[in-house]
Amino acid sequence: MNTGSANGPTGNERMLKIVCPNCGERHYTEFRYAGDATKSRPRHGSADLRAWHDHVFLFDNPKGAHREYWQHVLGCRQWLVLERDTATNTTGRSWLASEAAPP
Amino acid sequence: MTERYSALALARHAATGAPWPRVWRKAEPKPTYDVIVIGGGGHGLATAYYLAANHGVTKVAVIERGYIGSGNVGRNTTLVRSNYQMDGNTQFFEYSLKLWEGLSHALNYNVMLSQRGQIVLAHGPSQLDVLSRKGNIMRLNGIDAELLDRADIMRLLPYLDYSAGTRFPIHGGLLQRRAGTARHDAVAWGYARAADRLGVDIVEHCEVTGFISVGNRITGVRTSRGDIHAERTAISVAGHSSHIAAMAGLRLPIESHLLQAFVTEPIKPFVDHVISFGAELFYISQSDKGGLVFGGHIDGFNSYTQRGQFPKIQAVAECAVALIPSMSRLRLLRHWAGIQDMTPDGSPFIGRTPRDNLYFNGGWCYQGFKATPATGWCFAHTIARGEEHALVRHLALDRFERGNGHDEYGLGQWTYRQ
Amino acid sequence: MTRRPHRVAEGGRIARDRPLSFTLEGRTFSGFAGDTLASALLANGLTLIGRSFKYHRPRGFVAAGCEEPNGLVTLGETGRTTPNIAATMTELHDGLCARRQNGGPSVDFDLMAINSWLAPLLGAGFYYKTFMGPRRGSWMFYEPFIRRAAGLGRAVHERDPDRYETRYEFADVLVIGAGAAGLAAASAAGRSGARVLLVEQDSLLGGQLLSRHLKDRCETWRGAAVAAVAACPNIRVLPRTTAFGLYDGNMVGLLTRYAPGQPQSARGEAREVVTTLCAKSIVFATGAIERPLVFGDNDRPGVMLASAAQTYLNRYAVSLGQRIVVATNNDSAWSSAAELARSGAAVTIVDQRAEVAAPLLELARQGGIAVELASVVTRAFGRRRVKGARLAALAGGAERTIDCDLLCMSGGWSCTVHLTSHTGIKPTYRAAIDSFVPGALAAGHFGAGAVMGSFGLAQGILEGNFAGAQAARHAGFALGAPEPDPDHVQVLPDEPYNLEIARGAAGKMRGKAFVDFQSDVTTDDVTNAQQEGFESVEHLKRYTTLGMGTDQGKTSNINAIGLISTLRGQAIAAAGTTTFRPPFTPVSIGALVGRNIGHHFRPIRRSPLHDWHASNGAAFIEAGPWLRAWYYRWAGDTVASAYIKEMHAVRSAVGISDISTLGKIDVQGPDAAEFLNRVYVNGFAKLPIGKARYGVMLNDDATVLDDGTTARFSETRYFLTTTTAQAGEVMSHLEFLHQTAWPELQVQFLSVTDEWAGMSVAGPKARAVLALAMPDHDFSDATLPHMGCRELIYEGGALRVLRLSFSGELAFELYVPADRGTGLWELLLTRGAELGIRPYGLEALASLRIEKGHVAGLELDHRNTLDDLGLGRMAGRDKVYVGRELRERSELKDPQRWSLVGIEGLEPDARLRGGAILFANADPIHGHGRGYITSVTWSTVLGRFIALGLYQGGLAHQNEEIICAFPLKNEIVRARIVSPVFIDEQGERMRV
Repeated sequence: MNTGSANGPTGNERMLKIVCPNCGERHYTEFRYAGDATKSRPRHGSADLRAWHDHVFLFDNPKGAHREYWQHVLGCRQWLVLERDTATNTTGRSWLASEAAPP
Repeated sequence: MTERYSALALARHAATGAPWPRVWRKAEPKPTYDVIVIGGGGHGLATAYYLAANHGVTKVAVIERGYIGSGNVGRNTTLVRSNYQMDGNTQFFEYSLKLWEGLSHALNYNVMLSQRGQIVLAHGPSQLDVLSRKGNIMRLNGIDAELLDRADIMRLLPYLDYSAGTRFPIHGGLLQRRAGTARHDAVAWGYARAADRLGVDIVEHCEVTGFISVGNRITGVRTSRGDIHAERTAISVAGHSSHIAAMAGLRLPIESHLLQAFVTEPIKPFVDHVISFGAELFYISQSDKGGLVFGGHIDGFNSYTQRGQFPKIQAVAECAVALIPSMSRLRLLRHWAGIQDMTPDGSPFIGRTPRDNLYFNGGWCYQGFKATPATGWCFAHTIARGEEHALVRHLALDRFERGNGHDEYGLGQWTYRQ
Repeated sequence: MTRRPHRVAEGGRIARDRPLSFTLEGRTFSGFAGDTLASALLANGLTLIGRSFKYHRPRGFVAAGCEEPNGLVTLGETGRTTPNIAATMTELHDGLCARRQNGGPSVDFDLMAINSWLAPLLGAGFYYKTFMGPRRGSWMFYEPFIRRAAGLGRAVHERDPDRYETRYEFADVLVIGAGAAGLAAASAAGRSGARVLLVEQDSLLGGQLLSRHLKDRCETWRGAAVAAVAACPNIRVLPRTTAFGLYDGNMVGLLTRYAPGQPQSARGEAREVVTTLCAKSIVFATGAIERPLVFGDNDRPGVMLASAAQTYLNRYAVSLGQRIVVATNNDSAWSSAAELARSGAAVTIVDQRAEVAAPLLELARQGGIAVELASVVTRAFGRRRVKGARLAALAGGAERTIDCDLLCMSGGWSCTVHLTSHTGIKPTYRAAIDSFVPGALAAGHFGAGAVMGSFGLAQGILEGNFAGAQAARHAGFALGAPEPDPDHVQVLPDEPYNLEIARGAAGKMRGKAFVDFQSDVTTDDVTNAQQEGFESVEHLKRYTTLGMGTDQGKTSNINAIGLISTLRGQAIAAAGTTTFRPPFTPVSIGALVGRNIGHHFRPIRRSPLHDWHASNGAAFIEAGPWLRAWYYRWAGDTVASAYIKEMHAVRSAVGISDISTLGKIDVQGPDAAEFLNRVYVNGFAKLPIGKARYGVMLNDDATVLDDGTTARFSETRYFLTTTTAQAGEVMSHLEFLHQTAWPELQVQFLSVTDEWAGMSVAGPKARAVLALAMPDHDFSDATLPHMGCRELIYEGGALRVLRLSFSGELAFELYVPADRGTGLWELLLTRGAELGIRPYGLEALASLRIEKGHVAGLELDHRNTLDDLGLGRMAGRDKVYVGRELRERSELKDPQRWSLVGIEGLEPDARLRGGAILFANADPIHGHGRGYITSVTWSTVLGRFIALGLYQGGLAHQNEEIICAFPLKNEIVRARIVSPVFIDEQGERMRV
């Protein structure tokens, strides 16, 4: 009998629902988006113009797994790093941007 | 062979029942070309056409992953206009509009350019000042523009909300009569047919999987249908720009976002202009089939899914009713989404890349469709001459290194905005 | 009109004791409760329901459900006029008023039917090949003719008087579709204790079971199943509800139509409701849709889906024919034929299969049905009503015509895979049933019954049971008790639905054979498009408009794909299908919008002083989300006159203005000073306690983000203000920097914009007003010098006083808790009355600052750098701040960049305008000029118009004459570049 499965290829349920480390799972509309979180900001005061240019203007923009910044603006207002697949919108782990990535 | 289209030809075929020839050949990829254009969208096909028509470069292949016109040229809300204020943009988009005006004739394909006029609304005095600046620049560059007051708009668009209950009252607006719409699919097919006639190979269902290079020089592409070599390679794959460019080792100032579009059931035409709401990003026109075609802002996060999210659908529908209250009673027939390149300053890139013999066109944000003819024209020039066409020099890929951002709308870096 | 020639004497799910009256184009008809508009019209003998889109051919009903391509009407009058509604989905109600569409002048007499004769010219895509001459732009001549023919129904401009709502709901298990499978699934899930929502687009539950005869044994099962669902307290049933779209996050859009008749919006009843539903699991039991057959003139009124004829007969007691031909290629039509035969009609089955199962032949024999195997219908006869069918044997030989007054067709069933496809899971083709079925379902998604290609009733119930239980388990609920013994229901024999893939009828087809009725797409169109190279199904759709009508190709999709496959000699699976886009059926835009209309389109932010302004003659203006006091009627009836008097009051005496909308952020912590010092271009590390400072923040890309003042109230406590427009941006910006870049800094931010009411008292008599109002406090220059700040007590609560000036006058900003704002405001006005204090609004506020050259609004438009705004010197040479590095880029250092200047007209009465383009005197007035005017005001001090603007090279051109061009009004004004600080350049007035 083909009536579907509990372990299908993509979990629609996991699409665009974001786990805020403080507030739990929430719909993406509670968050604001700020793009590529794989890059690291040059040190404050760094005079490396090229590094600043690359940081501000060049993005990783993969079709697939990505890490990006979201802020829980309608919740705890914390910035998080979220793992999300941009080809499916499936979300994965998230952690506070102020903390190190989990192993 | 391609037969000329005309009313007479139509009558002849009707009378004899003779079949029409193919609009374009289903070309098999050859091992080498002078130029490979990656992306069989409006821009890519236009580029190929102008390479052949303007520069005599006919050993050209357009490589398309799916079927031609399957990207944004077939998903947009079909608006054509040249109301731009920044030096460079004004000239480029006006050049594009001029090409539009002759396009059906040039291609012998009716792209149904309908210059029904676009009205951008202002909902406060300072918005009217912003529109005035734009309109003044247009007039100073020989482009038609008219400033409208509230009474003018009530006369032209009697179905908008002028009640005391409206949230953002209409103060005035700016009209460009030469702006309008075009039949989007026809643009892809018309360029394809014209390019094909000049010898361009249009290779569909051929996915680029990598680049072939010698040192810093790109010498061809690897595809699902084998390697193809070329003197020059051009990327024109808006929506997937970063994805393809990454195969050449390039990181771009681009993110891929979802832009939704909407159409209602067909109803007898009553919206005879293109209207842009001023309170939020929202634009609407009525197609020649009768559907009200409209769109709004991007969904707000990057995604390659080509499907829109429901909250944005509601937000856009709210704009529709805020602008035209009677739309409440009409019904949404279909909604879809395209993947749109977004750039830090809202302007595109056309030109050379850090890789030799690799050229890039992308980052079109909301304005790719209207730019199609001029992009094709200028990108073809850039590829053929190895140097940017004067009209696109301000759109260089490395402009941010010099602080030369080109922010037409004054929105600032979009990344943090939702 | 009481004669209803086609109504069967008894039976059907209509309430014969509840007659209803309705009109069609003014003619009165009657029907019964339980009818749809379609069934009532058919009962009244009306078969011509509309004209086709392109050829204006007469059309009748093809279907009885949401897939109906032809039977679209306009319902209602005035503001309730609703075009393009499928009569098959419209429940009849008393007073319903309908009009047929797309007739010119009427559906019964349509002159546009001439298009039928022009058909050879009007093939698919004909418009791409012509209408190009004689000149460029000739399309503008032809287009109006095309547009006149466009559209189906007509919209009105009146405001919609009805009310709509939007809701949010959650469910453990959502079951979509209440046919046999859906009912079984809901029951099974319900037994587990899960919160179940069962949605059904029909008004009744049962799906295809509703088309069975009432005495059919299935009806017993249906009754029991519906009762079981109703009895389960944790199952909620929403009839008349369409699940129209599946979105990410298991979010389903539901559209609920309320019971027939006009809603009483005055009583708050909604016409329609859109529910955003999030479910843990979803069971798709969306069924299948029968397909037409493609043969010549298959669009004639009276040519109908076999299942639809059965539905009209059994559900609505409408008999549509006495001599019926049923053309088919599958088993399901045989039972439809048997039902039709039971009504007393003479029925002939024409099945293209040479052999069929014995029970079918027995069914036919019992019903007295004539059987023609290995035969097809090649053409329908009749124009406004089918009169006969041309039959051809597949083996060849002479064709013959048989008379009929109803021609039923069944080309098999297409599974309703729309919803499961919405999130990008492509459906897969299953040859055995000649249909696409859902692709691999996502986790937590389950399917049951016909949608999965399981057409048998018993199989559907079994699958429903299983899927419901699985869905509940996925949602975290243990399996419930097994279903009460199902054996008490003897379901019908359950052979799998059998379809022989035999595409392309033999025999010469004549007449137009329609693939898509609504879009008027014929087999010739599809063939021609293929020949022209529009091979991909997406190209075919776009080129021929196939599947783009209001029915979105529900009946045409598979037939078109089948035709393509035949033409190309490839498998259907290879051809694929077009993308299924939401919504499944059209959704009222009003329902998507709900209550967010008019004033409620977007939330309005109001200052705590709003009510005072409103009752004291303020005119308001929208400023982003805010509604701000623009000017006050004491000063004039129009903004143009009022703001000048208000400015004068401030410059000559004293004014009071509401500044509550400014963004306010409390910044606290031991590292607050360090943090602020990093984000502002100018130094904040050494700001003394009790002092405030003007600061500018840059974006990383060195454009100006915002300006404002920050006051220091203690070692660790700061009060930061932002512009009204950028409050949210600045807050997020600070949080972003802190959390992503400098988490080691001990600092916290809290937006307190709404906590404080703010007001500015400005003018030479400002201090005197404060002294009168709050005599216990000392506002002297010694205690509270320029840029000083103090925390005081006002009526037992906090009062923050900042001596800041935006207007250039002696001025104090006062902040009190929001609920005390009006009290303080009134106190200041009352006590200050003798000094002539007057409220002034946003226009005057924004004009006073122009006289002082403070940037705001259009100068802060995200394009400009610190230097562009003449603020470059604020940034210390060695100071490190956000945006410093990218400020060093070459183009940004160019002295020829456009930068801030003041502009004054040469002639005193010259009118300057915002948006004017600036040229040097010798320039040709053409191109982009050297700058533009951003802000303009009448200067009460100088007695002339003055302006701020950006000009190439900026103040290097001070005192040069320029030209302000405003071609939109054909104006040219001569002006001069001056300092942007028009008055009191030394700032003496504010330091007194």
